[in-house]
Amino acid sequence: MSGSKRWVTLVTLVTITALLLSGCAPSATPTPQVVEKLITKEVVKLVTPTPAPTAPPVPLPDVIHLGTYLAMTGANAALGQQVYEGVSLALKQHPQVLGKTIKLTLVDNRSDKTEAAVAVSRLIEAEKVIGIVGTSGSSLAIPGAEVAEKAGIPVVFTTPTNPLVTSGKKWSFRVCFIDPFQGSVVAKYAFEKLGVKTAAVIQDVAQDYSVGLASFFRDAFTTLTKDKKTIVSFTSYQTGDTDFSAQLTHAISKNPDMIFTTGYYGEAALLIRQARELGYKGIIMGGDALDAPELIKIAGPAADGVLFSTHYHPQGATNPTAKAFVEDYKKEYGKEANAFAALGYDAYLVLTAAIEKAGSVQPEAIRQALEATKNFEGVSGTITLDANHNAIKDAVIKGVKNGAFVYLDTVPAQ
Amino acid sequence: MTWNLFLQHLANGISLGGLYALIAIGYTIVYGVLRLINFAHGDIFMMGAYIAFYGVALFLLPWYVSFPLAIVVAAILGMIIERAAYRPLRDAPRVSVLMSAIAVSILLQNIGFVLFGGVPKAFPRPSLFAQVWNLGGVAVLSLTFYTVLISAALLVAMAYLVYRTKVGRAMRAVSWDFEIAKLMGININHVISLTFAIGSVLAVAGSIMWSMKFPQLLPLMGVTPGLKCFIAAVVGGIGSVPGAVLGGFILGLGEVMIVAFLPGLSGFKYAFAYSALILVLLLKPRGLLGKMAEEKA
Amino acid sequence: MIPMKRETGRILTAISLLVLCLLVYWAERNLDPYLRRILNLIAINIIWAVSFNLIYGYTGQYTLGHAGFIAIGAYAAALLTLAPAEKQSMFLLDPCIWPLNSIQWPFGPSLILGAFLAAIAGFLIAFPALKLRGDYMAIVTLGFSEILRVIIINTQSITNGALGLKAIPAHTNLFWSWGWAVFTIFVVRMLGNSSYGRAFKAIRSDEIAAATTGVSVFRHKLIAFVIASMFAGIGGGLLANLMSTIDPLAFQTVLSTQVTTIVVLGGVGSITGSILSSVIYISLFELLRPIDQPMKLAFLTIPGRPGMRLMLSAMIFLGVILFYQKGIMGSKEFSWPWLFSKLQPVLKKRTTEQDT
Repeated sequence: MSGSKRWVTLVTLVTITALLLSGCAPSATPTPQVVEKLITKEVVKLVTPTPAPTAPPVPLPDVIHLGTYLAMTGANAALGQQVYEGVSLALKQHPQVLGKTIKLTLVDNRSDKTEAAVAVSRLIEAEKVIGIVGTSGSSLAIPGAEVAEKAGIPVVFTTPTNPLVTSGKKWSFRVCFIDPFQGSVVAKYAFEKLGVKTAAVIQDVAQDYSVGLASFFRDAFTTLTKDKKTIVSFTSYQTGDTDFSAQLTHAISKNPDMIFTTGYYGEAALLIRQARELGYKGIIMGGDALDAPELIKIAGPAADGVLFSTHYHPQGATNPTAKAFVEDYKKEYGKEANAFAALGYDAYLVLTAAIEKAGSVQPEAIRQALEATKNFEGVSGTITLDANHNAIKDAVIKGVKNGAFVYLDTVPAQ
Repeated sequence: MTWNLFLQHLANGISLGGLYALIAIGYTIVYGVLRLINFAHGDIFMMGAYIAFYGVALFLLPWYVSFPLAIVVAAILGMIIERAAYRPLRDAPRVSVLMSAIAVSILLQNIGFVLFGGVPKAFPRPSLFAQVWNLGGVAVLSLTFYTVLISAALLVAMAYLVYRTKVGRAMRAVSWDFEIAKLMGININHVISLTFAIGSVLAVAGSIMWSMKFPQLLPLMGVTPGLKCFIAAVVGGIGSVPGAVLGGFILGLGEVMIVAFLPGLSGFKYAFAYSALILVLLLKPRGLLGKMAEEKA
Repeated sequence: MIPMKRETGRILTAISLLVLCLLVYWAERNLDPYLRRILNLIAINIIWAVSFNLIYGYTGQYTLGHAGFIAIGAYAAALLTLAPAEKQSMFLLDPCIWPLNSIQWPFGPSLILGAFLAAIAGFLIAFPALKLRGDYMAIVTLGFSEILRVIIINTQSITNGALGLKAIPAHTNLFWSWGWAVFTIFVVRMLGNSSYGRAFKAIRSDEIAAATTGVSVFRHKLIAFVIASMFAGIGGGLLANLMSTIDPLAFQTVLSTQVTTIVVLGGVGSITGSILSSVIYISLFELLRPIDQPMKLAFLTIPGRPGMRLMLSAMIFLGVILFYQKGIMGSKEFSWPWLFSKLQPVLKKRTTEQDT
């Protein structure tokens, strides 16, 4: 190579290496933070001081910006849309907080993890929200939670039950119970109230919710029966599967008292139907992911007798807020409310209540108010957040009778 | 494993295999004529099911009107797609058409989301198909019987069409060589349109029976069956109708039997289809019954 | 085309790289996290697109398996950079196996190892896959990608299965992502201009003819495939440390399709095209978000329905394929002489105007 050529090539290579190596140096994070709204028409100045409750009071903006990111398209769209129905109803009924109008921005996460992170990032950076109602689906919740954690904006999650969504986080909250509790609820109810001695488990191996719940159930159940072999069959399917004949045939051949399926209602409905077609006469139970009217529609008469743990039932609605919700939901959407909509509604209420209590739009103040949520009267029950920001709530056992959901029992929180 | 249990698994496998076979036939004839993996096949499958559903749910037509209507509409849809998205690319490199098929697939899925929403719908199951027969200890849905019957009937009809009619001969000629077929005076465009129409008819016949067996409608419902049935077609020998049937049954039975004998591996069931594919392609690249001509350079 | 000395071109390239360095430095310090995230994603997609182009554009093999290699790189980097304490708390179902449960590596080596593993996987998969033709290869590579995903879901002691990995340290910043993007472009470009590149182009035009001229067709295809999988793995590792959380659902066929879309839109065989197309595709996707919401156009309110954004992008994609097959750049590349030849008329006009 000629001299100049060599020199130029050297510069090029050095530059590339410099780029790569400078990545190792800690990148400067933008120091907080006088954030000015650029994109939306309203210009609002938000001042977020580092955690110091003694910050001088700031005048409230004219519009309070909240966000929600949900799965409106993609594989989880069914549940996301139900949560959205609850959230929009709540927005309609409670459009103001601190005397100011709320602007709620919905961002679709497309049931995709990467999109979930971008969605939350967009809400925080572009829409400048001060609080977020979180998505359903733990695998979509976790990436969003990570982004919000770094940015210091509180997120109240609606339905994800995987413990990892809130564990170790300051800014993530949820209004539903978590799977270790749910697993033990089902185990206890089955063992004590239904006299179940042996169980078969069929899980959706591609959903972290399902895998977690199945595992927690197994632990709880085998502890109660004191015999590991009482779980006589433990098989898996994948989301989107439609044929469960093989797993069911295996389970049924072991004659279990109960089949526990932890997947979502779509697959579960088909599974239940096939179980009955194969002649299984025992108990079938599921988790809160079964709580949707489509379960009955798709499973048909086979759904009768199915039981599942969930967050709420209109009949178990003891407080006036819950009763009103049942009516309003039916009026607005023309169908029965389900757990996902109820939780969406509650998450919105909990968030706005915390803002009201904090009396300000500063994220830190809202966060502290959220942590102090105690005995909040929600439509899905009384909500108290524990030290891990998870809701300590009673679980409800629902069943299907004559093509409708019936309330069976309440299992109190531990 | 008891003999009874095995028979039950066998029945399940045949039931599933019949459905796969029906859809695979649609794939194979389109590929045979056009050398195109029609990724949109699975989404025509989905559209047909929704049309049948809305026929009953929205327009309150009886099922024996709504179902054939859906099949006709789907055939038209298939022809429109061919005309709009594949014909213009007839002279383009093969992969462009493949990309176009992928694009059409994504488009149909999202049209599905926009029009039908993401909440699953319950497909009607007329009582004719909903009986559960108990054949010597083995539970079989009457639907299974009808599925196998209809698949067989369609297979016979297809064989008759392809081997005994002039149109069929034209199809076979086109699948051998475009240019020569044109020289022989065959109207390529008509033949291809017809092929797509037939393929769509088979897909939707399959999807209606599929939806009666698995009564859950989702905009993405066609993706997995579409892919699996294409694999079935390839395993059996793409371009060969008996091959597609064989592939469909192998796949259906295989999926059921794997879980039957190795329940611990049930999470891997999904991988069975792909593993079968790779094995076949490595050992017998033309598929089990394949007899495609060697690709010209 | 203006005749230009090779050296001038090289100097210009070096200068523009320096400018890029400064831009990245400025962006990293000053832009908000949302924009930085988008820019990182663009860089990662560039890596994927350019590496895919190596297989598809240069050697003409159509693979749908990119998602699998991305997954390998992502999981390897994630498992190595995660803190042991996190792994303990995260692996709820099956405890993490040794030695993964007790080691924690810095970012660079983790990326390299991930890339290496992806390359090995590429090597193993290439052997059966490359023997097949066009459509079959597409399906087989798709199959491998899906099988890999199923394995990831079911080997819970290594990957935590469906639960996925979270709290991955967010090492990825604009330096890393764009640095690797530039490196990828550099390597692929060098390959393309070398004797390997000429062999690739020969194979792409006509395999049989290429074989008769003594080109070892299989070996060259293999090299392209392995290098491409390696870079796909790097992109995956960068993604994992950007998202801070990964799970098997993130690596479905949709990801491979996305990479393919970007490459086709940019022009198969053109690196410049892949770069431009990555920028446009990712930005457009973000910019089109408002379509999902109700829109007000003058006095019309178009009700927003989720899914319209994807429908629109699918229509655009279809439109490009049908009417503008070559993509943005066709198979042309950007080069300095080309730029100057475009500017020359402008320069000439100005000087002539000054004269009069």
